[in-house]
Amino acid sequence: MKDMDSLLIVRGHVVDPANSLDQEMDVLLRDGRVAAVAAPGALRGQGARSFNAKGCIVAPGFIDLHVHLREPGQPHKETIATGTAAAAAGGFTTVCTMPNTVPVNDSPAITRWMKSAERGALVNVFPIAAATVGSLGEKLTNFAALKRAGAVAVSDDGKPILDDRLMLNALRVAARLKIPVVQHAEDTRMTEGCSMNLGPTSFRLGLHGMPNAAEASVVERDIALARATKGHIHVAHLSTREALEAVRAAKKAGVRVTAEVTPHHFTLVDKNVGEYNTHFKMNPPLRSSADREALIAGILDGTIDAIATDHAPHAFHEKQVEFERAAFGITGLETALPLAITVLHQHFQLPLLRIVELLSSNPAKIFGLTGRGTLAKGAHADVTIFDPKKKWTFDASQSRSKSKNTPFDGWTFSGKVVSTIVGGNVVHQE
Amino acid sequence: MKPQLHSLLGVEQLTIGQIEAILALARRMDPSRPSQLLHGKRVALLFYESSTRTRTSFEFAAKTLGATTTLVTPVSSSIEKGESLIDTGWTVAALGADAIVMRHANSGAVYLLARYVRVPIINAGDGMHQHPSQALLDALTITEHKKKLKGLRVVIVGDVYHSRVARSNADLLSRFGADVVFSGPPDFVPEIATTLAPGVTACHDLNVALQGADVVMALRVQRERLAGKDIRLEDYIANYQITPQRMRLAKPDAILMHPGPVIRGMELTSEVADGPQSCIHEQVRNGVKTRMAILAMLFGRGAA
Repeated sequence: MKDMDSLLIVRGHVVDPANSLDQEMDVLLRDGRVAAVAAPGALRGQGARSFNAKGCIVAPGFIDLHVHLREPGQPHKETIATGTAAAAAGGFTTVCTMPNTVPVNDSPAITRWMKSAERGALVNVFPIAAATVGSLGEKLTNFAALKRAGAVAVSDDGKPILDDRLMLNALRVAARLKIPVVQHAEDTRMTEGCSMNLGPTSFRLGLHGMPNAAEASVVERDIALARATKGHIHVAHLSTREALEAVRAAKKAGVRVTAEVTPHHFTLVDKNVGEYNTHFKMNPPLRSSADREALIAGILDGTIDAIATDHAPHAFHEKQVEFERAAFGITGLETALPLAITVLHQHFQLPLLRIVELLSSNPAKIFGLTGRGTLAKGAHADVTIFDPKKKWTFDASQSRSKSKNTPFDGWTFSGKVVSTIVGGNVVHQE
Repeated sequence: MKPQLHSLLGVEQLTIGQIEAILALARRMDPSRPSQLLHGKRVALLFYESSTRTRTSFEFAAKTLGATTTLVTPVSSSIEKGESLIDTGWTVAALGADAIVMRHANSGAVYLLARYVRVPIINAGDGMHQHPSQALLDALTITEHKKKLKGLRVVIVGDVYHSRVARSNADLLSRFGADVVFSGPPDFVPEIATTLAPGVTACHDLNVALQGADVVMALRVQRERLAGKDIRLEDYIANYQITPQRMRLAKPDAILMHPGPVIRGMELTSEVADGPQSCIHEQVRNGVKTRMAILAMLFGRGAA
């Protein structure tokens, strides 16, 4: 008699950075929790269904700190159901959703609505609530009430908080509640009318370019305020070498600062925009080779804490327009792991343990998601099983996301998700 | 190899051979003698931005070669109603256009059109990016006065940052071995402008830049752009206006060019615009010849 609430993952190679595991082990999931991780064969006879993970890595479920699922308000781009289906296909068992929905998620009611079972989410959804009412940058939202409703962080993503005093207060209140303030670091006074990175490519293409300083100056300011308040600043999609240097120095000085990098920023550069390809238009923009090299160095030396996708779906008609008029952003949930393995592991020799750390254990720590990002006994049974060697070609038309705005269509990758398990249930299976 | 041309989107996509072929053909074109070279061809002029000389010269060029033209502008068309560029392009092509000449305020708009619309596209100016027919007619004008482009010192003066004329000319001239010098206030001539092509330099002191110049090319300077960059009008005029005194810093046989429209008293004085070194009218005349050559090449009639 097989116990349907149990699953025994056998013959896989467990990579669990939180518990320093990097070896062949079996994993038993029971009643939505990790029941045991033990030597191969040791868990036989537990009456569970078994899953053969031979040749695969068995990791704590991936956590994406930065996605846009477009609900409420823009279901033509994505819904929570379609976005989380893409997440499951990409190995993410948890996604943290940005508040720039319509209306803006600045209330406990919208936060609860997003988390409600009726949305049909395939993976865990943790909203990041707006830091200011309507993300208008005027008045702070009620962080405590938002946290009680399920928000895990606050941010005005896309509409950076430029006002010093407002940011100071946000960090102060968030520090008391032990949640991070997530900042899209961009001094928009320097980037008005810009559609890509400032550099030789933008000059040649006749496009107004965003200077690195627009990001770095905000990161430096935020670090100073985090130091003053003992608050936790999390830098979203860090993209410039100057901002990276500021984070590196601040960490050494003991400031509570964490940072994420997107797969596209560690893979592509501004030149790749080519002949005005709008699938290479996002914000922050693809930067110079020197910036990309600095980001990779920052990943290798641990300055960067997490890989986050900034999954930003847009409909065809929002991208098939003049470059300057096209929407910013690309999808990313289904290509994150393959890019991390292909670029960081294969090309830059980053160990798989570190990749799992960037995709799972570190994100869990940054947003304080207890019982996630780990395969410790009693943790949530969120597991990602992937084949790090599997070669495959990404076909955007087959994406689970409602939108297909990706620069990686047709790319051949190494590394593919085989199975995604959320709370003990298999939500994606190759 | 036959220098075939499918579309003309920017100077960067042209080979040296194609540029030479267009210039050679342009020299043989005579706008005063109508022909039937492009009889039965329909050329749509899709102009999202206002234009006098470019639009008129493409129209005259097409009609002189026996083609018919039609003008499509945002006002009193479906563009006004929110039709996308791709849909407008498809519509114009489906109506029977054999080629589309487009001017657009957004850099790169021609690439979008060319990706989705199967008829040949000619870029008549896209945002701050390119204005290839202007660079070609300028090259034609220069070569009528100078033996070759190689080794010439060409000083381009003014708002280089916003100028598709500057980008196209720098691209074309540097490929033929000319030394291109950008001159203007730092906001109009940022250091990054020198990355445009090999042999391009910047010199913020116009009096230095002009020394030994073979060609002085003034660009139009828009008053509102000065204001946007915090440049005082009187400072601009004092430092960068082309005056008869400044022209004397260039070589005695230097020529003065301007893509138009000229704002007299701003980027240059009337004495210079109407002076003996001015080639401004010649540029306009060469515009028709050059565009005749471009259209002929585009329809595969370049070998005539």
